[in-house]
Amino acid sequence: MGRYVIRRLLQMIPVFIGSTFLIFFMVYALGDPIAALFGDKAPDPATAARIRKDLYLDEPLWKQYLHYMGQILTGDFGTAFNGQKVTELMASAFPVTLRLTLVALLFEVVAGIVLGVFSGLRRGRSVDTTVLLLTLIVVSIPTFVSGYVLQFLIGVKWGVVTPAVSPYAPFDELILPGVVLALTSLAYVTRLTRTTIAENSRADYIRTAVAKGLPRHRVVTRHLLRNSLIPVVTFIGTDVGALMGGAIVTERIFNIHGVGYQLYQGILRQNSPTVVGFVTILVIVFLLANLLVDLLYAVLDPRIRYA
Amino acid sequence: MRGAVRARWAACALSAALVAAVAGCGGGGGDEAGVVRASWGDPQNQLEPANTNEVQGGKVLSMVFRGLKRYDPRTGAAENMLAEKIDSTDQQTFTVTLKDGWTFSNGEKITSRSFVDAWNYAALVDNKQKNASFFEYIDGYDKVHPDDGSPTAKTLSGLTVKDDRTFTAKLRTKFSTWPDTLGYTAYVPLPRAFFDDHEAWLKKPVGNGPYSIESYNRGSSMRLRKWDGYPGEDKARNEGVELRVYTDNNTAYTDLQAGNLDLVDDIPSAQLKNVRKDLGDRYINQPAGIIQTLAFPMYDGKWAGDGMEKVRRGLSMAINREQITDQIYRRTRTPATDWTSPALGDKGGYKGGLCGDACRYDAAAAKRLIEEGGGLPGGRVTLTSNVDTGSHRVWMDAVCNSVNNALGDDKACTVNPIGTFADFRNQLSNQRLTGPFRSGWQMDYPLIQNFLQPLYYTDASSNYGKFSDTQFDKLVDEANAENSQDKANAKFQEAERILAAQMPAIPLWYQNGSAGYSSRISDVTLNPFSVPVYEQITVG
Repeated sequence: MGRYVIRRLLQMIPVFIGSTFLIFFMVYALGDPIAALFGDKAPDPATAARIRKDLYLDEPLWKQYLHYMGQILTGDFGTAFNGQKVTELMASAFPVTLRLTLVALLFEVVAGIVLGVFSGLRRGRSVDTTVLLLTLIVVSIPTFVSGYVLQFLIGVKWGVVTPAVSPYAPFDELILPGVVLALTSLAYVTRLTRTTIAENSRADYIRTAVAKGLPRHRVVTRHLLRNSLIPVVTFIGTDVGALMGGAIVTERIFNIHGVGYQLYQGILRQNSPTVVGFVTILVIVFLLANLLVDLLYAVLDPRIRYA
Repeated sequence: MRGAVRARWAACALSAALVAAVAGCGGGGGDEAGVVRASWGDPQNQLEPANTNEVQGGKVLSMVFRGLKRYDPRTGAAENMLAEKIDSTDQQTFTVTLKDGWTFSNGEKITSRSFVDAWNYAALVDNKQKNASFFEYIDGYDKVHPDDGSPTAKTLSGLTVKDDRTFTAKLRTKFSTWPDTLGYTAYVPLPRAFFDDHEAWLKKPVGNGPYSIESYNRGSSMRLRKWDGYPGEDKARNEGVELRVYTDNNTAYTDLQAGNLDLVDDIPSAQLKNVRKDLGDRYINQPAGIIQTLAFPMYDGKWAGDGMEKVRRGLSMAINREQITDQIYRRTRTPATDWTSPALGDKGGYKGGLCGDACRYDAAAAKRLIEEGGGLPGGRVTLTSNVDTGSHRVWMDAVCNSVNNALGDDKACTVNPIGTFADFRNQLSNQRLTGPFRSGWQMDYPLIQNFLQPLYYTDASSNYGKFSDTQFDKLVDEANAENSQDKANAKFQEAERILAAQMPAIPLWYQNGSAGYSSRISDVTLNPFSVPVYEQITVG
């Protein structure tokens, strides 16, 4: 187990280097960020040259990358154009997005699994068909549509919540954005749970458990659910990263100043330190979530062993 | 059966929990009486006056600072603010006399030093101020801001402090309307605190305007409080302003509708068709000092040759500006009839119609002119712009359609969309474009000079198309040497007639400022820079 974890952690290094380089390259290819800083006016060459030198932009790309990686190893993520340290931006943005992700994840897990179990146990009946139909609709609506519609209905028309989240972004204000963010994943979790439950409910060990006269809730929670959750856990694990990254749209709609907001600003202003720094952290989150999922397998199914 | 009951119970519990939680977060935050809640965008740079060249940062500076002059929020005319008088006998050396009794909001007295130090700081290349070039007219600029290498002087030789209330500025050339440029934010005075503890000042800038900054939470909000000790005439008529950063103007508009925001100064284009119904007369749509043009790459031989001015004029006549501004922009743009902006007013040098027939849609004449001029180079024309903002893609398509219809050739005009502004900028600066490209201009100060000289004077800083005409240059020089603004304006307008004949850039439309506000506030106006006049807003 310990060796497995170490091996997985070591594997992360090349992935990390490769992905940061790709992002670095892509941001670089977008054009000259300094020229854009001057708006409609032509940049004043002397000032532009100074800024470029300060930000290390006058060097070839590979040198910039090495310089940047050297900085990152010492915990310095560089400075955004408005003079703020990127680490400072991260410290303000990540907690907010983390809260949003938690709300979304909680909703996704609880509602998704509950709905999935109930429709899976009633395969082909009206509850099942309704759930399937609803999830189909949810999957087919893009986040920005459901976001704007729910925001308008609940926020403006009925006035139940404030349409925009305040800068501090407390948990209670994040419920509506969290639900919007979770909707698509929720539908997937429901459908995934439903299928595996429906499959496993006809397995031999379930028939045995029922034949032994175990109470129904025990059969469902201890035997059926535990075995059925493996694919669902895989999905949810990878979804953590996707939710954090995918928050760009949701955060924009509800004016949440989290990771998505900073990334959007970074891309708009071609702020490579911001974009690369934030994506780097997202890559790490993604990798760790995947590792956690793999380790959870053994907990759910003791037959799975790691060498 | 039991299962079904349980399912229903679970679903109810879940929705009840959600509803309760959702209801729990209803209601807005505690709003203070008399404070205007306004939308804001994250400023691109740190809030230094000489380093701020975009609207969002400019908004704050316009509340926190006052300079020698101020542009009248209604007419755009430059009027003395801190300056008692600015005199010159030769249009080249100006003596500035300050009014007495002005201080910064931290109590420091404003003297000639406050200006001279600030200007020297701004001009020095080591300080990397983006507006440094505004000081290029002052003597000694080339010493403190050389094109490359280190500066050989720390201060501008053209600036001399006479006493606490007077200083002189000697310019490189004659520039009669120079005093009227001094309302631009780059020229405001700075307190000692700016130089002594720069970091602290940036966290919470201190100025001399009607508002002082109470708190600044970078990236999300700023709270400004009315400064009671403000000595100016234009005192704030509300208790303060809370600027809230929105990433998406749609959300700001939604918040306005929900009553959580009082003022939105950028109506999202998707809402333009509803805005009258939603806001009634609380919607403002008025000209601002912004013009969009299509500039020709005059550095490219095939656009610059003899007779090509006919083709350029012909293309201008092939564009149906009325239809495009009406249908795409819903009247938030006005068809342009010259190269400046109506926001200048008569005093600033605006005179509509200088473009003449060349800016009127006439398909037949357009076709004839283009044929007379030898046709489009290579038989076609490609329009280029960045498409990440401002619905540029949409109008480019519309302009192309209009040209194609006029010429009766559906392959005559194509669009070359560029993904980001920075990339577009790159291609422009490297002169890689071989067809007309979008050229937007937002004025720095309401003078006709600002619309013509930086854009069309030979080798001027923003003359991307590299247009050059000796007669035009001569008229601009003469205009700058005139001793009255009216005479200068007349010369500039004469220079505009050369643009009409040569058509180095096709005027498309003047851009309006658009804003909407809640019924909680009144007396909302936009100034010629499309920035709300915050200090005039009354609450309740």
